[in-house]
Amino acid sequence: MVKNFVHSYIPHTDSERREMLDVVGVNQIEDLFLEIPEKYRDPNITLPSPLTEMELLQELESLSAKNVQVGKMPSFLGGGAYSHFIPSVVASLTSRGEFLTSYTPYQPEVSQGTLQATYEFQSMMCELTGMDVANAGMYDGATAFAEAALMACRLTKRYRVYVMDSISSHYLAVLRTYLLPQSVEIVIVSDYINEIDGDAACLLVQYPNALGVIPDLASLGKLIHSVDGLFVVNVYPVALGMLKPPSEYEADIVTGECQSLGIPLSFGGPYVGMFACRNEHIRQLPGRIVGKTNESHGDRDGFVLTLQTREQHIRRENATSNICTSEALIATAVAIHLALLGPRGLRQVAQLCYNKAHYAARCISELPGYYINPHAPDKYWFNEFVVTGPKSVDVLQKNLFDQGIIGGINVTDRVKGGLLFCVTEINSKQEIDNLVIALNNMKES
Amino acid sequence: MVDVSPLNSPKLKMLGHLSVPGRAGVQLPSLDVPEQEALPEEFLRECDTRLPELSELDVVRYFTNLSQKNFSVDTNFYPLGSCTMKYNPKINDVIASLPGFAKLHPLQDTNFAQGSLELMYELQSSLMELTGFAGSSLATLAGAQGELAGVLMIKAYHESNGDSQRNLILIPDSAHGTNPASASMAGFSVATIPSDSNGNMDVQALRILAKENLAGAMITLPSTLGLFDTSIVEICKIIHEAGGLIYCDGANMNAILGRARLFDLGFDVVHLNLHKTLSTPHGGGGPGSGPVCVSEKLLPFLPSPIVKKSSNLEGSIYNFVDPVDSIGKVAAFHGNFGVLVRAYAFVRALGLSGLRQVSGDAVLNANYILSSLKDVYKVAFDRKCMHELVLSLSPQKSKGVKAIDVSKRLIDYGVHPPTMYFPLIVEEALMIEPTESENKQTLDIFIDIMRKIAIECEENPDLILSSPVYAPIGRLDEVMAARRPDLRQVY
Amino acid sequence: MIPTDCYYTKEHEWVRVEDATLVVIGITDFAQDQLGDVIYVNLPENGSEINQSAQMGEAESVKAVSDLFSPVTGTVVEVNGNLQDAPELVNRDPYGDGWMLKVELSSVEQLANLLSADQYGKYLDSGEH
Repeated sequence: MVKNFVHSYIPHTDSERREMLDVVGVNQIEDLFLEIPEKYRDPNITLPSPLTEMELLQELESLSAKNVQVGKMPSFLGGGAYSHFIPSVVASLTSRGEFLTSYTPYQPEVSQGTLQATYEFQSMMCELTGMDVANAGMYDGATAFAEAALMACRLTKRYRVYVMDSISSHYLAVLRTYLLPQSVEIVIVSDYINEIDGDAACLLVQYPNALGVIPDLASLGKLIHSVDGLFVVNVYPVALGMLKPPSEYEADIVTGECQSLGIPLSFGGPYVGMFACRNEHIRQLPGRIVGKTNESHGDRDGFVLTLQTREQHIRRENATSNICTSEALIATAVAIHLALLGPRGLRQVAQLCYNKAHYAARCISELPGYYINPHAPDKYWFNEFVVTGPKSVDVLQKNLFDQGIIGGINVTDRVKGGLLFCVTEINSKQEIDNLVIALNNMKES
Repeated sequence: MVDVSPLNSPKLKMLGHLSVPGRAGVQLPSLDVPEQEALPEEFLRECDTRLPELSELDVVRYFTNLSQKNFSVDTNFYPLGSCTMKYNPKINDVIASLPGFAKLHPLQDTNFAQGSLELMYELQSSLMELTGFAGSSLATLAGAQGELAGVLMIKAYHESNGDSQRNLILIPDSAHGTNPASASMAGFSVATIPSDSNGNMDVQALRILAKENLAGAMITLPSTLGLFDTSIVEICKIIHEAGGLIYCDGANMNAILGRARLFDLGFDVVHLNLHKTLSTPHGGGGPGSGPVCVSEKLLPFLPSPIVKKSSNLEGSIYNFVDPVDSIGKVAAFHGNFGVLVRAYAFVRALGLSGLRQVSGDAVLNANYILSSLKDVYKVAFDRKCMHELVLSLSPQKSKGVKAIDVSKRLIDYGVHPPTMYFPLIVEEALMIEPTESENKQTLDIFIDIMRKIAIECEENPDLILSSPVYAPIGRLDEVMAARRPDLRQVY
Repeated sequence: MIPTDCYYTKEHEWVRVEDATLVVIGITDFAQDQLGDVIYVNLPENGSEINQSAQMGEAESVKAVSDLFSPVTGTVVEVNGNLQDAPELVNRDPYGDGWMLKVELSSVEQLANLLSADQYGKYLDSGEH
């Protein structure tokens, strides 16, 4: 008999196993695996030897030390993931085992915590965007955007989706992955579009766009509505602390990446995508949704997953989406974060970002050889802007790093020699001034 | 507890009800740069959102109290079949929160993200080693997304061979709803493989369905019935001979960790649920992670990006690479890194012998429950199970008791109900998966409770029908929730 | 109690002739009982063509979706708008306020293919459904 492995995650003692094997009526655990064909059973697998908790922590600490994260050095990276301040209460609450280690709330009687927190999240997303209804969250902003396009196709029964060329390239990539297999065509249009075909299911706009600029949502909304298509807007939620919500531009579906609302950067995930729409489109909404109701035989109010006939476990191949597990804990974190910030806090964060970014841009624009937003000099923007300088992007980035600054993102695919900088409330005046000094140091060498 | 709320106050106090204008839950630093020229009015909100205004303690108390209304693995036995509700090690949370991991921007220059890239590479390698496959991508953010990626890769494979007429995916009738939904999202048609009376796939029926338009099949192994389909090797052969590829839904991988490799059995691609098999926390419905592993044939099509290792003078260097004919990106960035870290830590903590003990004890525990209950409950299939067992509550129907009622009664005993009404092919199904984390005392208590309930079904069905009575809330009116949707609070 | 003034189908729909070629259709009491509490009914739009025995819509309950089959061939001239806000009418009054569509028949002869109240009653009793 194989010697059993002792570990704190695996409670059985050998004598307990013995007792249980007797009840089951076999001699050893291996006898329970005899249905696996012998030649494929117990394959030769090589994995590193197990580590105790102490060793595991040491090993992974040294691994993490090989990274240069935000905080080790000041950072001006944006591009869809943002470094914002996260109050300690958020992690403190979401690390509670009752939130962290529970499952999808299929049994509402013992999941009111998760359900009510999700309902709060839904309510807050509606308030932020001005829309009627929001679901419990999607994997991220990009997949939410793609699912919104598919929803617009289902609603209009048209299979051509118009997309502004100013959306992030990672959003476009995900749109292609999701839309092309269902024979939906993607048509890319410029910011100067003033005409649209009558076969457009929807127009997809990012707000602010991939380079930080605020698009002309009023005209774009009118344009797509003139052919009875849907207006789909993907937002940077922090910006909505200051900017008009998409509902005021007659948006039909609003999606967005909620990482900027209390979620750590964590090298790209887990995040959560918001998804909000008008009441009349509820039945085509993908994903889970929580509703309030009352007890069947009592007088208390409670929450349940509802409108489940849209989903895969009932509709199967005819579901609005295949999504099952999404990002419930992350949505709860967002709700907690917004509960702490409140309306004034959210506005303050937006104003800090806006002012610091514009201050940085103004200072940089005063340096000889540096230009701000050369591709859109007259456009208004929020907290991200493009810088071109006297050196190539690679040189600029490397130099900044050598001077202890994590600089901008290479956007040379859109703007020749362009680097996208982002400034948030985390960046102090000192950090911004140091950035300007560092850039200034490069103009000569 | 006595309710001391003022008259006319709402029955259920939400954040909006607790809000008082002027409260704040966090302070922000004042502006330290000169104020800049404002945006024109037309861009700006006319007034602030009406989000609730609360103090820090208000928020802490509200959500702490909410959390206490949940059952969870940390508090209760949670034998949800096919969900693998095992213990979520706390060290994994500590590691995921290390600043080097938690504060790393996804678009950081990869030269300075080598720690995270190395971790991802090593996790890819471990998953490949466990499944026997040639390549892996960690980009997919959940099992269903892994499924979508899997069928998209199969589609890309056939298209690259000029076989775009292959548009049919075969799926067993016992499959999880995400399988046909994913196939449909990938643009495929779906046909069903029936199950036989032993709970295996009907091989004859499969042969008939495997024609020239066959793209492939999506098979869960062990199946959603908790059984190892003894004809799996033959089935994979039939599908290959008909020119199709086979996708494995790896949701039930906990049963065969370290004991069999899916590649060996004939599969071409698998997705794994890290939030099931590899201990990452479920979070009340996510985040998850559904990495895919593939055979040589499908390597060029893996979802982007994957992590590659190369050598230079200083040693190893890790980079993101887009596979040559990738099906594309499935998310904005590279995967749910915070989940990947936890899974990696779990694999490193246990090693191969530990993972084999996991599958061994998971299967032992489920069989122990099966052997202990089969005299009082109808078992869906009279054979040994793997990591989960399926009971059919149809005999209890004659007393008016259904699977849902027994589920609710378990709540009164402090146990989270098993999975109910799935798989669809078993009438009044209850699917129980204890996992390897549960000790014998917990299993014995559960067996005792189930035996008690079996007696209650006979002698006192009303007790069961009126349950739960000890939960934070009783049964809720789901009909009303669907007829009159109330999906948000208006502040 | 099966209303005698209607025709029926084996898929448990009823058809009541209002005048000449105009009929009202719905689902029977047996059908609504099988469905459980109806939460939503998806019906064809006004003006659309429907065909006898073809799927014309769906009825949703909390945990299931059931296809609705058309008992007649013709053009939809009215949809019961009350079902949008009160789908429970289908359960409460399947032969009255729970009516689903008014249809202009393509031919009167097709009614001969349907079951009488008596025949439907026998069909239910036979247990073959």
